[in-house]
Amino acid sequence: MKLELSRIVQGCRLGVLTGLGKTGQHSLEIPGCLLYTRCATVPHLTQDTLHTLNSLPSVTQIAVDTLAEHHEVLAEFKEGVRKFAGLHDTVLYCSLHDPATPCPPGHITNKTVSVWGSGGRIELTAQRFMALQTVLRPDWYQCMADGETWPTNTSRKRVRKAVDRTLAHLDECLLLHHKSPELKEAEVFGAIEGGDILEERVRSARETAKRPVGGFVLDGFRSDAMDQEVRGQLIAAVTAELPAEKPRLLQGVGRPDEVISCVEAGVDLFESFFPYQVTERGCALCFSFTISPDPEAAGTRRSKVLESNGEKPDADADADAAAIEVPGESGATSPENMTRFEMDLKDKKYREDFRPLVDGCTCYCCKNHNRAYVHHLLVTNELLAGVLLMLHNTAHYLGFFSALRGALVSDRLQDFKKRVLQ
Amino acid sequence: MSTKKAVCSVAPLALRIVAECPVSKARACDLRLPHCTVNTPVFMPVGTQGTMKGITVDQLEDLGCQICLGNTYHLGMRPGPELIEKVNGLHGFMNWKRNLLTDSGGFQMVSLVELSEVSEEGVRFRSPYDGKEILLTPEQSIAIQNSLGSDIMMQLDDVVSSTVTGPRVEEAMKRSIRWLDRCIAANKNPDRQNLFAIIQGGLNAELRKACLDEMTKRDVPGFAIGGLSGGEEKDDFWKMVTLSTDHLPREKPRYLMGVGYAVDLVVCVALGCDMFDCVFPTRTARFGSALVPWGSLQIKQKQFAKDFQPIDPDCQCATCRRHSRTYLHALFKTDTAAMHHITIHNIAYQLTLMRSVRQSIIEQRFPEFVRQFMRRMFPLREQYPAWAVEALASVNITLD
Ligand SMILES: [Zn+2]
Ligand SMILES: [Zn+2]
Repeated sequence: MKLELSRIVQGCRLGVLTGLGKTGQHSLEIPGCLLYTRCATVPHLTQDTLHTLNSLPSVTQIAVDTLAEHHEVLAEFKEGVRKFAGLHDTVLYCSLHDPATPCPPGHITNKTVSVWGSGGRIELTAQRFMALQTVLRPDWYQCMADGETWPTNTSRKRVRKAVDRTLAHLDECLLLHHKSPELKEAEVFGAIEGGDILEERVRSARETAKRPVGGFVLDGFRSDAMDQEVRGQLIAAVTAELPAEKPRLLQGVGRPDEVISCVEAGVDLFESFFPYQVTERGCALCFSFTISPDPEAAGTRRSKVLESNGEKPDADADADAAAIEVPGESGATSPENMTRFEMDLKDKKYREDFRPLVDGCTCYCCKNHNRAYVHHLLVTNELLAGVLLMLHNTAHYLGFFSALRGALVSDRLQDFKKRVLQ
Repeated sequence: MSTKKAVCSVAPLALRIVAECPVSKARACDLRLPHCTVNTPVFMPVGTQGTMKGITVDQLEDLGCQICLGNTYHLGMRPGPELIEKVNGLHGFMNWKRNLLTDSGGFQMVSLVELSEVSEEGVRFRSPYDGKEILLTPEQSIAIQNSLGSDIMMQLDDVVSSTVTGPRVEEAMKRSIRWLDRCIAANKNPDRQNLFAIIQGGLNAELRKACLDEMTKRDVPGFAIGGLSGGEEKDDFWKMVTLSTDHLPREKPRYLMGVGYAVDLVVCVALGCDMFDCVFPTRTARFGSALVPWGSLQIKQKQFAKDFQPIDPDCQCATCRRHSRTYLHALFKTDTAAMHHITIHNIAYQLTLMRSVRQSIIEQRFPEFVRQFMRRMFPLREQYPAWAVEALASVNITLD
């Protein structure tokens, strides 16, 4: 794996990760995002529907959370999770937790972390964690970490402990990593902890950077647990300590406005659980991100996105018509958590709206269906709603990242920000 | 029976008999409908609310589906015929390029809605959505189906449970004939939409025959055999089916409503039916039941947790080509895509079964196909359902 940085604009790193995958055939542009999965499947999608999407990220995220319970089966299978799940040719990154399903706190010890699958809590020691990685056989994986610094009023002492434990886990995992023939080609991503305490963040970054890791995971910055201003400052302080040639992946942040700020603070990679959460609340991403090619006209020309986009979330939206039963509880998927980047397709006003979800969108949903149809699927609780929304939301989100890179290439970050944040 | 009259020149339908089994009543036909030709015998998957249960229309097309169902009752309620008419009917609404068949709405009303009441006028019921009282007349059923724009519409019939006996059955049969005439008169689009009559008469052979005699006098494009598959004894079921096909015109398609189990399909093809529909294959898929030539696999059961084979190693569907039983078992705990995988497989199973049936009829080896099919489905001769053995014997197919 090699990170080629082509330019740095206002703190934003533009570049490409090359030589990814078993034979080095894959590459990934940064800033960028990974493909989100649950149990190694992009939610709601089969491979047929998934591949209606153009330019999928070359790296797919899996999580120990949804896979730990299948450890024994995977061990017997012997050929890794990619083949087990019938995944396409993709680089695999394995995180500890599923970003869309926060874990209940209070289950971390000095020697163990806990993950939650469909059958409940599974406690992992570093040994067991590494044994799982050897059967999953990811290309990258996040080292075992204590990221439990997000609850409000977490004490300084607890934060320090999280940093210490995470470094200890890293050392133990690295030791086991180098002994494992199955993980010979894999890269370990060290987790940077430290809660909202600057000194601890810096210490965690410096110490982790000393270890032979392939990249860094910025942990404990979840959207719901920290203000963007604090997050931005902490991330900037952390990335200043990290070697330029290794990728930095931020966990738990997906909102477009926050993504832009975090890219400015030096983050390279994001997860893509955000479009999934939007899908689960029956919404469609509709924010504008297209900037006109002519800098003079920027901000004055109408965007390709329809005027009704960017509407305020409707208070009396049909809340009881939840799209799909969400496996596992996650508050983020409930309608109250709607952001200004999306439209609530359950709203009655879309009943006879025969426009595509977003004008000009080339996703399968927008090319073949309209708002009225998706509205109908949502109010009748039909499974296809999740499929179509997941396709559109993923396409829109990938389009946003692509436009962000385009804006950096053409030195138009300010226009881009204005467009997204309008 | 007049066969001249049977070739219906105005109907947007043409049936070409490709091959007939020299032994049984089985036949393979090409049924030309407005959106494409349907190769029969055909199984029609049910997409109740204008969608096929998590499967995209492209996936359904890729499965080789040439015709599927929409339910008039559900679509009439939500989103309603006015809205669907604005987008060029159900085809436009769901963006399905091939044929659609819609039912009359009557069956759902009687089976899903409490307090429905049937009179000569129509079926009166209370909407489960807004509590309003609604009267569905034959004219309204056809008006809704005209708005939906289906290639095949079903007449509104007076549905009684197949286990009901006595004068109510006769009343329902006779009313269904009167309603058929009202439906024919109400069809605004006879040039684009085919209206099928539904043979009623319960499990009473005389009533069935009377209904057949009356209804076949009408120049409708096709016939359905109704009022069966509702919990009656299989012995009664197949006898009513074979009685019906004996008296239905050869030149018109025969649609056996609500039948979709593999054994029933094969037997009823032998009895001369062309078209079938059933929610079973797609509904059961969502509960993790995958259909295979030897029965079904309950993928959620523990025994599949470490079974690394595909659902059916011989199946060519997208699911079987990529996924193992063990992965589907694991995924069922996490994501709806597991249901989609099995739905795809089950539709593929049904359609492949019917294609194989058709091929064997064309190649004049249908009886042998039936014997093989039964051997695979039931490892022991004693397990053959007696009704199926008897039904097949009635059309000269003896099982070994
Ligand atoms: Zn779209
Ligand atoms: Zn299959």
